[in-house]
Amino acid sequence: MRSVDLEESSVRELNGELHRLTPETNETRWVIEHPHGKHAIACGLDAPVTVEVKGHVGYYCAGMNKHATIVIDGNAGVGVAENMISGEVRVKGDASQAAGATGVGGLLVIEGNASARCGISMKGIDIVVKGSIGPMSAFMAQAGTLVVFGDAGEALGDSIYEARLFVRGSVASLGADCIEKPLSDEDKVILLGVLERAGLSAGSDGGPDGFRLYGSARKLYHFHIDNVDAY
Amino acid sequence: MNAQSPKAATPPRFSATFDPQAIAEIQRAAATGIYDIRGGGAKRKLPHFDDLLFLGASISRYPLEGYRERCGTNVVLGGRFASKPIELKIPITIAGMSFGALSAPAKEALGRGASAVGTSTTTGDGGMTDEERGHSSILVYQYLPSRYGMNPDDLRRADAIEIVIGQGAKPGGGGMLLGQKISPRIARMRTLPEGIDQRSACRHPDWTGPDDLEIKIEELREITDWEKPIYVKVGASRPYYDTALAVKSGADVVVLDGMQGGTAATQDVFIEHVGLPILAAIRPAAQALQDLGMHRKVQLIVSGGIRNGADVAKALALGADAVSIGTAALIAIGDNDPGLEEEYRKLGSTAGAYDDWQDGRDPAGITTQDPELAARLDPVKAGRRLANYLSVLTLETQTIARACGKSHVHNLEPEDLVALTLEAAAMARVPLAGTSWIPGHDDPKADLA
Repeated sequence: MRSVDLEESSVRELNGELHRLTPETNETRWVIEHPHGKHAIACGLDAPVTVEVKGHVGYYCAGMNKHATIVIDGNAGVGVAENMISGEVRVKGDASQAAGATGVGGLLVIEGNASARCGISMKGIDIVVKGSIGPMSAFMAQAGTLVVFGDAGEALGDSIYEARLFVRGSVASLGADCIEKPLSDEDKVILLGVLERAGLSAGSDGGPDGFRLYGSARKLYHFHIDNVDAY
Repeated sequence: MNAQSPKAATPPRFSATFDPQAIAEIQRAAATGIYDIRGGGAKRKLPHFDDLLFLGASISRYPLEGYRERCGTNVVLGGRFASKPIELKIPITIAGMSFGALSAPAKEALGRGASAVGTSTTTGDGGMTDEERGHSSILVYQYLPSRYGMNPDDLRRADAIEIVIGQGAKPGGGGMLLGQKISPRIARMRTLPEGIDQRSACRHPDWTGPDDLEIKIEELREITDWEKPIYVKVGASRPYYDTALAVKSGADVVVLDGMQGGTAATQDVFIEHVGLPILAAIRPAAQALQDLGMHRKVQLIVSGGIRNGADVAKALALGADAVSIGTAALIAIGDNDPGLEEEYRKLGSTAGAYDDWQDGRDPAGITTQDPELAARLDPVKAGRRLANYLSVLTLETQTIARACGKSHVHNLEPEDLVALTLEAAAMARVPLAGTSWIPGHDDPKADLA
């Protein structure tokens, strides 16, 4: 196991070392001490290693992650796991705005709450939030799955494309072109698959049937003057 | 002569306010209920580089010999923070234009032409294709609000990164790629259903304001190990403050795009009524760099209406390190070719005025995703035309620089220029020709923002 103390090393030195790892590396377990909310910790990783960050991180931790598993034992600042391609990022505390923004793939698990714009412009990432999410989440969400055990803030899924949004709690309001959809067997399989990867169950309160599914009404896919009131 | 005589009748008189263009637009709006969308930049008459003149050498200024004495044209971009700055042989770059807005052969032609003369091309919304990476020796990767196709592998194989805040044709606007241009390949690259009207966001999803931008730049530098130059591109609107904030945020290069700069598709009212002409934007941006002690350390690239070497030379004299061309590059590779007049007429347009780039029916095969139309463009020949054009721009720029006694085009300066109009004198902050008067600038630092 490699341990890096960010009171003694810089983020640049840490990321430089992590970027030099190859897929065949045997340095597969890293622990980062004293992150002190610094930005861009463990971003741009491209190797199947596990990085555990012991404390709170600033903006863009695990940004554009590929292959790596990154566990944040604290809260995360803006844009955690933004544009993630693959791998897994787990936040044991709360996450700030734009968690998982534009994520292409991989799994983001937030064990606490996530703030506004969670999953904004998501492009295939799977996001699981055990708590609640803030307003404007899944704005222009293109693909992937957002699972929320708690409540969703206002304007959920505004201008959504083909992402699936599963929410067990209440939804303050839906954004433009976002509607509730029937929960099909296929949807339940997708939901349970994401939860299994996250190491979670759907809960005893109805299991997958305890969630409601939201997605695109597809009425705004083509600009039409008759829909102008929706914008 | 009686009252019915043609000679006595008042001839038809058009209104200057309700001119034929305005009347036609009212009629079109009434018929359709929707605004006009088109490609290109501002078409209205604007104060521009034509309103400036170089003074050339005289008794007090010593010229350089044409065809003999060297006049350098190279420019290094990104030396502020990047460990691998890029060097262009000429101070003219190709602006960001997406595969999606443009056909694959058009992108290849841009890469071939630019590479032949040692300059860069730029991706656009929708990501990087293997073809454009392969055909561009120096490729700038745009980082846009939509993040379509964004991935760290492309970030690392780019030569520079351009964070796009806005563009001159539509500062504050997003984009729309209409469904007819969303081919299967483009849909895959953008993770979208085929054939839908694809919206590009106007704001970045994970940062807001200059303090966040600074952290975003830090992240991009970390991901790329501080190797790549990072540009920040803005539409010309508040050039003094935008330039200062980009510098504060850690940019290596500021790209400033005037309202004549083209777009693939935007509302005509947006193109014509939002933003500044590039002539009005260069001096405030250069002043911001000077005030921060960063002129020539953070490079300034300007664009929007560059057509010839005189425009290039004037932009450099006003403080730019390089210029960028988009519309002119498309024209060079075959856009608005008079040889296609019959087809332009079938589309309700004419060569020289065709701007329905959003429709995907471009007979030149440039702004289209129709395979048959795209196949019309020979990327090798088109690339050669672009290389020729870029060479001419460079030679013309050198011609003017030598006449002003400059051994490098970057030695051109505002003192070499005068203005033909009051507006141009005020905007470019050079004297009205024949006078020492710079209107509106008694206090040199006033009015810049």
